[in-house]
Amino acid sequence: MSEYVIETQGLTRYFGRHCVVNELNLRVSRGSIFGFLGRNGAGKSTTIRMLLGMIEPTRGSARMLGRDSRELTPDDRARIGYLPEGHHVYGWMTVEECGKFQSEFYPKWNDEVFRAVLSHFRLDMKNKAGNLSRGQRAGLCLALVLAPEPELLILDDPALGLDPVARRSLIQSMLYVTRRADRTILFSSHLLSDVERVADEICVLDRGVLRASCHLDTFRRQVRQFLLRYDGEGPALPDLPGLLESFRTEGELSIIVANLDSDGEARLRALPVRSIEEVPLSLEDAFVSYVGERGEKSFFTKDLEGVK
Amino acid sequence: MALLFEVHTGSPSPIYEQIETQIRRAVAAGRLSIGEQLPSVRTLAEQLTVNPNTVARAYAELTTEGVIESQQGRGFFVAKRRQTLSEEERLRRLDEAGRRFLDDTVFLDFPLPELLRRLEDLSTEYTKPPNHNP
Repeated sequence: MSEYVIETQGLTRYFGRHCVVNELNLRVSRGSIFGFLGRNGAGKSTTIRMLLGMIEPTRGSARMLGRDSRELTPDDRARIGYLPEGHHVYGWMTVEECGKFQSEFYPKWNDEVFRAVLSHFRLDMKNKAGNLSRGQRAGLCLALVLAPEPELLILDDPALGLDPVARRSLIQSMLYVTRRADRTILFSSHLLSDVERVADEICVLDRGVLRASCHLDTFRRQVRQFLLRYDGEGPALPDLPGLLESFRTEGELSIIVANLDSDGEARLRALPVRSIEEVPLSLEDAFVSYVGERGEKSFFTKDLEGVK
Repeated sequence: MALLFEVHTGSPSPIYEQIETQIRRAVAAGRLSIGEQLPSVRTLAEQLTVNPNTVARAYAELTTEGVIESQQGRGFFVAKRRQTLSEEERLRRLDEAGRRFLDDTVFLDFPLPELLRRLEDLSTEYTKPPNHNP
């Protein structure tokens, strides 16, 4: 069995002349919870749809569970769960009928899981799917995608529009699924607090380009903030290749920098300032700085150096 | 054991670090006593709704520091206190903590002797390590 359940090589997609996904090389290890991050329009959903063979790449290729995405068999698909963005349901069916309908497509269908997720979201079998609230619809969709006990679960922005309680239930369900070490989840999200709770690994897609793919902790370690205090004019900033932003106020200069190497850090520490202090960033601040307007430069976090 | 852990997302401190800090504190303050068993990785991960690897990482770090120890197949227990960090590392951490403390207190305008006296009073809430290095 391959170590990677998802593997892409130079995966590229154009819509007209617009490059939406650009030379993506992505690897998702079996057993991980993989957070797929990026701003709106970064190309996340397009990537996911190529992974599932729903649209063709313009160039490059993707493999899922060891097979090319364009050649996935019904058997392969039965091992993959996909929750599309938006929590779509057939509104005229009851919750029970939705389950019955879905189960026909899967050789393995665990009705216990289906019912457990429903009760977690406080759903009644007799409810019409069309009358459900957003959070309940999310619960139903999740129950439908979890009941076949897929080896690989792909969730496209599953938390969109959910209240905090429903979001917590979603996270609990994700952790429940990965109790078994051979189950993998890839999920896209804008909610970095959720990502922080559940993700082992993350990747950051920015305007179609993969800008980081690493362990969550590695990302946090590689994006660093320093506060420099000085008297008078203050020093000129050395040319740091990974500089994301700098902000000067009276007597203070704060900078955020990615992938600072020992040489860069030495140059920073050698500046003629009164004090230099490292100020840790929250995941959200690190992310915003990394893909924000000022963070234009493209580079990878040198990675897969394992986190102990 | 009635230990209430809590984690906050969105903090500059990663979740594994928050767990570490809370356990280290509970041990130092005697709320967790030597030999007491910690919740299993899975239980604590479920209780906090976090990835089990995050809890495992916190436990691994605390094991390296000698705060807790793992007993084959039985789980994690509060270890008898012994110092596993190097002198240099202990000093580095002391300075780091000192700077954080001063950052929070300098604007309160207490003279240093007053600060030290209050620190001494507060420290009685923490049990002394039975055999710390001289």
